[in-house]
Amino acid sequence: MRLEKCWFCSSTVYPGHGIQFVRNDAKIFRFCRSKCHKNFKMKRNPRKVKWAKAYRRLHGKEMTQDSTSEYERKRNRPERYDRNLAENTLKAIKKIDKVRVARAEDHHKNRMKGKKSMERKQDAKELEQNICMIKPRLVPLEDPSLTLLKIKVKVPQQSEENRMEE
Amino acid sequence: MVQYNFKKITVVPNGKDFVDIILSRTQRQTPTVVHKGYAISRIRQFYMRKVKYTQTNFHEKLSTIIDEFPRLDDIHPFYGDLLHVLYNKDHYKLALGQINTARNLIGKIAKDYVKLLKYADSLYRCKTLKVAALGRMCTVTKRIGPSLAYLEQIRQHMARLPSIDPNTRTILICGYPNVGKSSFINKITRADVDVQPYAFTTKSLFVGHTDYKYLRYQVIDTPGILDRPFEDRNIIEMCSITALAHLRAAILFFLDISGSCGYSIAQQAALFHSIKSLFMNKPLIVVCNKTDLLPLDKVSEEDMKLVMEMKAEATKTVIGEGGESTNDEEVLLAMSTLNEDGVIAVKNAACERLLDQRVEQKMKSKKINDCLNRFHVATPKPRDQKERPPCIPQAVLEAKAKEAAEKEKRKLERDNENENGGAGVYSASLKKHYILADDEWKEDIMAEILDGHNVYDFVDPDILQRLEELEREEGLRQEQGEDEDLEMDEELTPEQKEALAAIRKKKSLLIKEHRIKKSTAESRPIVPRKFNKDRNFTSDRMGRQLSSIGLDPTLAINRARSKSRGRKRERSRDGDDGAMDVDGEHSNKKLRLRSTSRSRSMSRPPHEVVPGEGYKDSVQKMKAIKLARNSSNKRNKSARKGEGDRVIPNLKPKHLFSGKRGIGKTDRR
Repeated sequence: MRLEKCWFCSSTVYPGHGIQFVRNDAKIFRFCRSKCHKNFKMKRNPRKVKWAKAYRRLHGKEMTQDSTSEYERKRNRPERYDRNLAENTLKAIKKIDKVRVARAEDHHKNRMKGKKSMERKQDAKELEQNICMIKPRLVPLEDPSLTLLKIKVKVPQQSEENRMEE
Repeated sequence: MVQYNFKKITVVPNGKDFVDIILSRTQRQTPTVVHKGYAISRIRQFYMRKVKYTQTNFHEKLSTIIDEFPRLDDIHPFYGDLLHVLYNKDHYKLALGQINTARNLIGKIAKDYVKLLKYADSLYRCKTLKVAALGRMCTVTKRIGPSLAYLEQIRQHMARLPSIDPNTRTILICGYPNVGKSSFINKITRADVDVQPYAFTTKSLFVGHTDYKYLRYQVIDTPGILDRPFEDRNIIEMCSITALAHLRAAILFFLDISGSCGYSIAQQAALFHSIKSLFMNKPLIVVCNKTDLLPLDKVSEEDMKLVMEMKAEATKTVIGEGGESTNDEEVLLAMSTLNEDGVIAVKNAACERLLDQRVEQKMKSKKINDCLNRFHVATPKPRDQKERPPCIPQAVLEAKAKEAAEKEKRKLERDNENENGGAGVYSASLKKHYILADDEWKEDIMAEILDGHNVYDFVDPDILQRLEELEREEGLRQEQGEDEDLEMDEELTPEQKEALAAIRKKKSLLIKEHRIKKSTAESRPIVPRKFNKDRNFTSDRMGRQLSSIGLDPTLAINRARSKSRGRKRERSRDGDDGAMDVDGEHSNKKLRLRSTSRSRSMSRPPHEVVPGEGYKDSVQKMKAIKLARNSSNKRNKSARKGEGDRVIPNLKPKHLFSGKRGIGKTDRR
């Protein structure tokens, strides 16, 4: 019994799940669920499909090559059973996993590093721009010294006669 | 021994029947339908097929005829001569030759016409060609009609010929007519030949079979021979002559000593002498028949002398065979078929003589050596009395013994199974024979999967080492990681945060409203604000919103109210006064302008004639307006936008008003 990797999304396929497709050139494609299978049939490239691990790794959203992944390798030659070896292997798996997870976390943290400051800047800008939505635009009171006086001027009747002629 | 069986020749039809058979066959076995509209190659093929088919059939049938009739040169000369005697060799050959020619001719006809058919342009031409071809073939066949009839007769006669094997032991009976040959054969065999008092009762050869010393002999009865020169003999006599000439048989020459056949002994003796050349190399026995009428002793002197002469001849033949002296009795015998006196003796004598002769012949031939050579098993004679048993080395014996012992001692898995409960209950431990470093580990179960990994992928002999390396690496990395500091920017104050939250809330509300409006925009009519059903745009609302911000709304409300056109005309109308005013009424002017200009429409009455339109008086204008209204009424009723709106809707779409339902009834539409 072996756990396989889904060809499309790279998640583990447990026994009893998924579909295996064998092509005429004897290449085997394993899928964890029909979503991946249907995407494959649609000839979609997992490197372009956002939610697939292939995309995420390619675009640096997740950790790619790591020394921890060297420990896990498909071995074709079976080793003779040794109880101690088995015990050690099981313990090692746990430790390697822990390390791997820690490293992945670090990677994520690194990726998200500048987020807080960016967010704060954006908030400040937004606040500055849209403050008028909640506060009234305060028109400053007219400084009497700066305004001109309003004077009413009477126009003489002569101007009326001029207008009539025109 | 080849059996000459002429009974298996197929019937030869006569000319007419032949033609009928073949033509009807062609009609039945080839396609019959052709139209002139078909492709010309197809028509040609159709007719060519008919012609070829007919030719093939003719060829087949004629070939069978030619093959089945025997070739006179290939068969035993006895039969060849017999057939010649009966049917005339030349005639026979000619007939068969004619058939052969006919066959070839038909073949040629077919070839020629097929060639012609290849170039025929029309159905009619093809048809005529085919008719011509078949017609000619039939004519050819009709011409050989007489030959076919002749061959049919021959066939019928040949079928009735006796099946004589020319190579086996045969006894031939000959003599004058009516001497008692047929009665003799009736006596010794099961044949049932006609015996009558008149001459030439037997008209052809008859065969019977008899046994002597566990061997089967053919006895052939011939028609009587008269003493005539060879050329004068008729067909019946010729049959006997042929038999005498070609068959290697013992000959019984029958002599009627009583003369009751109508011929004297002298005549019979004369016959004997005339055909004695045919008795060369054949055992001859002179048989005196009808002794019941006249016993041999009572025969007259002269006749006796003649008989003796014959006997002498006969003995010569005996001498010729092997020089073995025989008694006279073997050569000259007397018998009577009526009282069966001496019949058996004659038969025995004949058979004996024949057998002797045949055996001698065989001994002289080359084949005898083959018969005598037989396989011979040679057994070695023992040289001395010493015993020599088989020798097996000691080691082999020991090994054999050990194996036997082991087989008994070894406990099989099967026995194990049976002890522990049988086939369904016990399951053998497959791990029993594992070769491991420590035997305690044999029954261990190894995990295959752990935490979503395959354990076998991690198995490595130096995994501990590598693990240490990894841990070291990890330690280093962690130290490096601790040096990094987080950059701190200025944080927003709580009031700012509140303001931001409020802004965001408002924004989201706006967005939601817009979305609702957008989704219903198609079904919502776009109306001016005064007809807005939601009553969003009342001055009260504006006042509320302004006061929520913190401004005083009263001025704005007043302004809005004064600017709107009220339903009731509250303000004074001074519209008829002149537009220009005196100085004193400045303040009123504004008010007036405001009230008059908005509360009254600026349009003209409908009947007023405007100089630019082209009506001579208001009556005409009214009429024109009325006409326009009348014409547009109809259009409005049928919901047309205008003159140019000529949409013809599909009031009865076909897919709703026709067709059967896939399931269910079509009562309602």
